[in-house]
This record gives sequence, structure tokens and C-alpha cells, in this order.
Amino acid sequence: MAQQHRTPIESGCPDGFQYMHPVMRKNYGQWKYHEHTRPGVLMHAAHSGDQVWTVKAGTQRILDVYSLRKLCEIGETFGDGYVRFTLRSNIEYMVTDEAKVQPLIDALENAGFVVGGTGNSVAMISHTQGWLHCDIPGTDASGVVKAMMDELIDEFKNHNMPNRVHLTTSCCQINCGGQGDIAINVQHTKPPKIRHDLVANVCERPSVVARCPVAAIRPALVNGKPSLEVDEKKCICCGACFPPCPPMQINDPEHTKLAIWVGGNHSNARSKPSFQKLVAAGIPNNPPRWPEATAIVKNILKAYKEDARDWERINDWIDRIGWPRFFEMTGLPFTKFHIDNWRGARERLNASTHIRF
Amino acid sequence: MAIEKHDTPMIDQLEDGPWPSFISGIKRMRDQHPDQRINAMANDLLGQLEHSYETRKGYWKGGTVSVYGYGGGIIPRFSEVGKQFPASKEFHTLRVQPPAGNMYSTEMLRQLADSWEKHGSGMVTFHGQTGNIMFIGTDTPGTQHFFDEVNDYGFDLGGAGPCVRTAMCCVGAARCEQSNCNEQSIMRHLVNNFTDDVHRPALPYKFKFKVSGCPNDCVNAIERADMAVIGTWRDDMKIDQDEVKAFVEKKGRKYVIDNVVSRCPTNCMSLNDDDTLDVDNRNCVRCMHCLNVMNKALSPGDDKGVTILIGGKRTLKIGDLMGTVVVPFMKMDTSEDYERIVEIAEETIDFFAENALEHERTGEMIERIGLVNFLEGIGIEVDPNMVSSPRQVSYVRMDDWDEEAAKWFNRQGEEAAAG
Ligand code: SF4
Ligand code: SF4
Ligand code: SF4
Ligand code: SF4
Repeated sequence: MAQQHRTPIESGCPDGFQYMHPVMRKNYGQWKYHEHTRPGVLMHAAHSGDQVWTVKAGTQRILDVYSLRKLCEIGETFGDGYVRFTLRSNIEYMVTDEAKVQPLIDALENAGFVVGGTGNSVAMISHTQGWLHCDIPGTDASGVVKAMMDELIDEFKNHNMPNRVHLTTSCCQINCGGQGDIAINVQHTKPPKIRHDLVANVCERPSVVARCPVAAIRPALVNGKPSLEVDEKKCICCGACFPPCPPMQINDPEHTKLAIWVGGNHSNARSKPSFQKLVAAGIPNNPPRWPEATAIVKNILKAYKEDARDWERINDWIDRIGWPRFFEMTGLPFTKFHIDNWRGARERLNASTHIRF
Repeated sequence: MAIEKHDTPMIDQLEDGPWPSFISGIKRMRDQHPDQRINAMANDLLGQLEHSYETRKGYWKGGTVSVYGYGGGIIPRFSEVGKQFPASKEFHTLRVQPPAGNMYSTEMLRQLADSWEKHGSGMVTFHGQTGNIMFIGTDTPGTQHFFDEVNDYGFDLGGAGPCVRTAMCCVGAARCEQSNCNEQSIMRHLVNNFTDDVHRPALPYKFKFKVSGCPNDCVNAIERADMAVIGTWRDDMKIDQDEVKAFVEKKGRKYVIDNVVSRCPTNCMSLNDDDTLDVDNRNCVRCMHCLNVMNKALSPGDDKGVTILIGGKRTLKIGDLMGTVVVPFMKMDTSEDYERIVEIAEETIDFFAENALEHERTGEMIERIGLVNFLEGIGIEVDPNMVSSPRQVSYVRMDDWDEEAAKWFNRQGEEAAAG
């Protein structure tokens, strides 16, 4: 008997209104201003006079159903039963009665969640899958983030930074984590080791050749079988050939390192959106707690906190003080690798006598 | 029957410290959940993760899994060390599109949790970087059963592979005074017009929509979306001078001058002797800085609409690209406006499908063929708002200059006539 298949209902993205807090529905598009009543709490006021308090909390992001139900229970007992998740996987509870705010905070903290992440704090690190679930990672994601947030938790819970700080991590050079004020990303340092015995069976060679950004891959015959070869002089160790061709083994327990980038900013506020720039590399990929990477991040945050003016994001701060001062203040080495040679690189050279002494 | 727990000395160290631990969460699934299937799955997942931590390598590989009728939406994961960790040897993720604005009632979250522990591992993330709910970990039959169940109560799969991906919008009009458009409606009009392209990957590569209600761009649209829609306004910003005075009184003149007036990128603000504020609105670039700092005193104007940028993407393959302005301003009030924005998206995706090379994003395609060819392809006229400066190098052929200049004057005449 033929198996019965259910035809999918192609409903796409569900309407958010059905799950929205009634006061948000009522005042949709009619908000007037907001206040930061304390770290982790926002109060939004509408033209109608209605107010809504939002309590934001950081979680472990990979939620087991126990944690998820706990978050729901807190929302039902202490909130109004409506939540949303932010871009950085924090949970937000909306309530219309200010008296509910403190008990809600207490319930979240008693259950081990961390209230904060608003205003000029260090926000939750946006991250990806890593060893837990991706097919190409050079490191873990959730573990790096857990280890780092343990150290940055006070900065998450307070508004002590000159402006907000967005951290991101990526576990391969595709960089799912995106641009960040500080980004901690995998950086491979050796060309892929090719498992020639497997290439012929699993890889579409032309598409692997096409994937390489520097045309370093050629089809080749190895031991009489079709395979690929890499011009190791040209190869920039990006790992782009690995997803379409798993035999191009780019991940290496020792030579896969971490690099740190700063100054990525997606907002248009003050300056135009900016890309992050390389500041440190060669950092060991050191599970389970990656202490070397965390130490550099904390060092950069310390310099930023001490020296930046109010409302300067990390990119605004460095624009004002200049890169030489950044390297001086953080004690990070400036190397030949910091000088760009990718397309558009000349724009990043100093063609002036603007030099700070 | 008790399971034999894997020793996990390395990842156990991720249970220390004050931040919530995902390892403790997975252990709860191993130790406390009533379903033995889930206990075994969590145990083997922890075992494989420990193995990754010890050897510093990943052990998942992709494959092909999809639900009946669709070609995408599942991230297949098969373990390369499945013999050692058989209960999690298939550990596929379902990408499910969240409600617009990422809004949930706890009731709905509980319903999703119930379905997921019935058919999957019970581990879930709100949300992945593209914006999907990530239901992490089930075998091939589980993907179909879970999908059938949640699809019946209103949820659908997102995109995976070379297709239109799940879209994202900011909280915007639902709770933010800076909003200049109906983000949720724009996003759903766009992405739900392309459900076929979401579910059946057939494009050169992925295509993402993101909608932010103002230039703060809380969903990183310019940096990450092929089509970024950003709310803005074109009349004067609103100034409540009494609130300005109150702000100056509270914070002091120096603070206002140092943090608001002198931070304006186009120098268009001035603090008057009576502590009111002047804004040269013709030169305001709607960067949002002063509105962010003085959000009670300053607000967006009334003539709201959106700016559209095309071509943002991450590193692969030519390096990161920001989107480029393609529509400097359009109103988003009437159903015709919504039809027009969907039409722009359709033209863009059709052109992309026909002209991009395999595995090329829109930004790379535009980089390769030039913005002008792209604009001609989608029927949009050039505009000086699309550039940060005109051409710098004289090596260009311009023999039909007169015709092109005439087009500009004609368009200007038409706009003036239309009022
Ligand atoms: S950053 Fe790379 S390794 Fe990490 S989840 Fe994304 S694609 Fe996978
Ligand atoms: S690692 Fe990158 S540069 Fe090297 S061969 Fe592979 S795709 Fe080319
Ligand atoms: S992008 Fe603008 S409108 Fe949207 S949430 Fe952010 S500040 Fe508010
Ligand atoms: S929004 Fe930006 S550009 Fe406009 S007045 Fe304010 S600071 Fe200046």
C-alpha cells in the first residue's frame, strides 16, 4: 500500500499579532519614548499614556525543554504570559504593571537566568552552532560563549560601558556570527589536508574549484584517481573548499586558531555602518574554557571603558584616538598581517600626514 | 533500564560559573526526562561533544533529508562517530519560521515544547542567526512527524540552501518609538510572497530579507541582508523644546554639546542660548544619534517611509559587503506601496536567478556586473543617493552623455509636475 503523505500547508511566516502582548497590539506604531529604569529593564510609554515594562534576561541559548518551561512558568506566574526573543537570543518579558517588575527579576535570577543586556552593557554574545551541531566548525560556539559570559557577567548586568558592546563569535571563517564591536572568530593557519581517497566519491570537483576565493585549487589525478590539488603558496587557508568537499580537511587540532576583530557596527548612528578589523590572531583554540581569548577580550574592553567618551562605540572610539594608540593601549602586537592586501586594501592605507604623536 | 553515562570531564567544566550552562541543560534531558529515547540521545550527544572537546574536531556531516513536498528547511546531521554514539547518530535540525517580531505567548511556547519532546531531542534555540527557531536533534522520521504536527497549528519551515531564507524584522512599531514603518507587515508581505522559493531551493545562492524600523538597524539588515528595508522619514524631525530644556537642565549644557551637538555627523545641530535646539533638517542624514540620546525630546517626522539597500552579505567569497542604496525613499502606506515593494523584490530575485553565478550572492553579482547593469535589470533609475561620491577615474566611455543627461532632466520635470 502506498504511504499516505500529508501535503504541507505553505503558510510561511506566522502573524506576530496573535502572540503579542495586548498593550503592544493596542499601541502598535504609537510609542512615544522609553527609559532605562535599571539595567535589564526598559519602560516604554505610548502616546495613549499606556506604559509597558520589559525585563530582559540572558539564557544558555541552547534551551532544553525544562529550561524553556521554566521560562514559561516565570512568564505565567510573574509576568503577563507574553515574551519575545531578541536578536541575541535573550528573552524579554513584557508587563503593564510596574509592581510586577521586581518579582519577575527575582524569579528569573532565582532560576539562574541573568537579568541585563540593556543600554550601555556588554550584550549577550551572538553565536552559532559549533561542535554541537555544525558540519564544518573549527571550534565550539556555545562553550566559548558560556566560558566568556561567565567572565563578563558583571558587564552584562550593568551599564558601565561608554556605549553598548556587541560581541560575536564564529566557529569557521564563513563567520555566521556577523559583525561585532568585538568578534572572536576561527582562523585557520594551514592549507587543507586532502583525503585523496575520498574526493572522487563525494565531491563535485568543478564546484569545489569554483569556490576558492584565490583560485588555488586545480583538478588533478592522484594515484590514477581524480582528485584535487592545492597551490599552497596561493592558499589563504580560508576553509571555503571544506563545506562543498569534506575531504579538504581544514580543521586541525593545533593549527586552527582564533583571531579577534574589533569595530564592526551595524548601526547608522553617527558614522555609517562599519566592518570589523583584525587586531589579534594566533590565539590558541583551547577548550573547554578558552582563557587566552577571554583575556584579550577583557583587555580590549578595559581600554575602551577607560578611554572612550560617552556614546562612542568601539569603532567611534578608535576613529578618534587612531589605531597606533589602540595597539599601544591594549599592548597587542602590530604585525604585517594587519596591513590589508585584499581587494580595496589601498583604502585602508594612510595616504596623508595625519599622524598622532 | 539505566543508561551508561559517558564520562565528560572536559565539558563538565562548562557547568561551573554564573552564566546558565547549556551542558547542565542537556544533562537534565539525560538524567531527568521520563522518555528513555531522550535520555539516550542526550547522553550520546554529550559523549560526542566531549569527544570533540578532547580531539578539537567536529564530527557531524551533512546529507539529504527533507519533509514530503519540500526541498529545504532541514539541516541534516549524521554523526561520523555514530558507532560510538548511536542514539544521536542522526541529529537533524528543523528550521522553523518564527512569528513576525519573534513574539510568543508562553502558551504557544509550551505547545512547541510538547511537540518537540514528542518527536525530537527537546533541545531548541530561539533563534539561529538567520532568524529561525532551531529545533536541534531528531532522526529522519522525526523531522516529518514534528513538521506535520506544528504545521497543523500554523508553523512552517524556513529556508536552507540556495533559496529565499527566513526573514527577520525588529520589534519596531510593536514597542519602539523610533519605528517609521510597519516592520512586521512589510516583512511578511515580502517573505510570504516567496514561500515557493523558500521551500524549494532553486536560486544561485541564498537570498535574505531583513526589515528594521529605523536607521539604528537593530536586525543588522544592511550588513546581512540581500534586501534590507530600513524605516526613515523625509520631513523635519519633531522637537519638543520643553523636553529639550528639561534634558539640558538635567544633564548640563556641556553634556548636550559634547554628546549630542558635536556628535552629529553632518554638524546640523545647534544649542541656542535659551537651551532650545535648532536642527538643520535639510542636512540631517537620519543617523538616529541625537534621537537615541534624547528620545523624549526628539522623534522621527510624520512623512515616514523606507529606504531599500541591496547586496549585504558575510565573508564568503569576495569578502564582506554592505548593502547599497537602491531605493532612497518610498512611502509604505497604501496597498499599492506594498505591491510595489513586493514587485521590487520579485524583479531583484528574478534578475538574481538569471544572472548570478552559482554560489554568488546579490552583492557579489552587483560587484561583478556593476550597479548600473543591476539597476537597468530591475528597472530602477540612477540617483545620487546611491553613491558616496561620483566616479573618481576618467577611464570610462561616455559618448551618450547627452541622452543620459536628458533623462535626468525629464525625470526631474516629471517629479516637479507630480508635485
Ligand atoms: S560559523 Fe561556520 S562552523 Fe560555525 S555554525 Fe556557522 S557555518 Fe558552522
Ligand atoms: S582553504 Fe580557501 S584558499 Fe585554500 S584551497 Fe581551500 S578555498 Fe582555496
Ligand atoms: S531598528 Fe529602530 S525601530 Fe527597530 S527596534 Fe531598533 S531602534 Fe526601534
Ligand atoms: S539624526 Fe543624526 S544627522 Fe540628524 S540631526 Fe541627529 S545626529 Fe544629526
